[in-house]
Amino acid sequence: MPSLGADMDSGTLLEWKVAVGDTVAKGDIVAVVDTEKSDIEVETFHAGVITELLVEEGTEVEVGTPLAVIDDGAAPAPPAETHPEPEPAVEPTPEPEPEPAAEPAPQAGDAAERPPVVHSPIVRHLAEERGIDLSTVQGTGPGGAVTRRDLDAVAAPADRPAASTAASAPTTTPPRPTEDGSRVRSSPLARRRADELGVDLGSVTGSGPDGAVTIADVEAAAGELPTTPAPASPAPAPTPPPEEAATDRSATVRAATGRLMARSKREIPHYYLSTTIDLHDALEWLERTNRDRPVTERILPAALLLRAVVVALGDQPRLNGSWVDDELRTADRVDLGVGVALRGGGLIAPVIPAADTLGLVETMDALRGLVGRARSGRLKGSDLGEASVTVTNLGDQGVESVYGVIAPPQVAVVGFGAIGERPWAVEGMLTVRRVVTATLSADHRATDGHEGARFLSTLDQLLHEPDRLSEGTPS
Amino acid sequence: MNRDEATTVIAQGLRGIAPEADLDEVRSDKPLQDELDLDSMDFLNLMVAIAESTGIEIPERDYPKVDTLDGLVAYLVDAS
Repeated sequence: MPSLGADMDSGTLLEWKVAVGDTVAKGDIVAVVDTEKSDIEVETFHAGVITELLVEEGTEVEVGTPLAVIDDGAAPAPPAETHPEPEPAVEPTPEPEPEPAAEPAPQAGDAAERPPVVHSPIVRHLAEERGIDLSTVQGTGPGGAVTRRDLDAVAAPADRPAASTAASAPTTTPPRPTEDGSRVRSSPLARRRADELGVDLGSVTGSGPDGAVTIADVEAAAGELPTTPAPASPAPAPTPPPEEAATDRSATVRAATGRLMARSKREIPHYYLSTTIDLHDALEWLERTNRDRPVTERILPAALLLRAVVVALGDQPRLNGSWVDDELRTADRVDLGVGVALRGGGLIAPVIPAADTLGLVETMDALRGLVGRARSGRLKGSDLGEASVTVTNLGDQGVESVYGVIAPPQVAVVGFGAIGERPWAVEGMLTVRRVVTATLSADHRATDGHEGARFLSTLDQLLHEPDRLSEGTPS
Repeated sequence: MNRDEATTVIAQGLRGIAPEADLDEVRSDKPLQDELDLDSMDFLNLMVAIAESTGIEIPERDYPKVDTLDGLVAYLVDAS
């Protein structure tokens, strides 16, 4: 089970896309996994023949759990049990691959040879917040890394089930404390319903996973529905029923967004800059370019803006990276997070990996694929890597400007408002031009306004020289 | 292609883009993107879907003519 996002501890294997005996190539979709945010298609990082599927559909497993055995023909397949160490996505049978794929996990070896355990930034942060020494915690994550769940287990009193991220998420209706002071497990939807019905969650017996209070429990408590028998003690259920998962999806996206944004505003001293850019040259150029292209290969202004951001970041690399352990770590490539508004609400920011290696046409292809997969709820694992910077609101919402909230541990988010016509002075004459307002929200710990201003100024210049943006790869 | 056929083509094209869209509810003389909450990527995908089902490629310079449902239907009827 690959980690499909920094805050993911486990996932539910929804569907196998392969069967025993199938031959797979690197990059093939082998399974669909349900995470808090979306259904994700999981790719294999290894080629070979599937010899065993280790996890049944519908089962929730921890990140790092082997899902299947692939025989690449190099050696006879040893039994899966001899490979207890976590592997990304799919377990290869023979020796460790030289190339540990996207999710680096320690390979097999003696404990003494193991590299130092690497904990995720979020876990380190939580541990610090809770005053937990990570070296004292038994990690169950990849390579013995401590996961959020491990931390919750340490922090939680024995009688309290480990809080899932969704259950402990801050929402408009905070979970009410129970008599023993611990928080009630409940879905965000159930909390909202409880609020509507005036039901005290602490007084409701939960029938959901780990004794979580469900909507049905709330409604039963309010007397709206006949009471369904609830288990006397919280009985852990492996996964919520599919229909409940579907109903709660937008609520969990909402909750996950809320958690991340609250953390951002708590920790990151944002500064904000904006500039309005005349897009006359860029759009005329794009229209000329598109005239010769079939409809399936047309390039949207959004792709041009993304490309301009990537190129401008080359001049201001300190906006591209992460803030970890009180220092800026600049990234050596641009993994571009793109805010995508979903129909029916919600926003996710999947990633175009190594966007600085893509030309304009390739950027458009990547954007089209990403938006399509995000909206159909079928993102691939590689869409959900860690972004090094994010661009938000290419969604034609009609607003003039958007000031994004930085997604930690990133240090900047670039926002574009809607492209619209405005009166514009050109060489002393008033004319009408199509313009866009570009904004930068950046982490003041990492950069200051001077660097931010230079970034926006470079962006402006680039959009007046669209030919530079159409070149294959930046130097 | 008559008006009904054009409307069917559009409805089918929208199925993969805005599955909940109901063309009967759309004010046909108002901007289609606003009526259906389509962004530029959705609109491009609609153009692609129409091109794939009818062979009619609507150039960008004609986008102003097809920004309402009425306009789009009339364009497809004329172009076929």
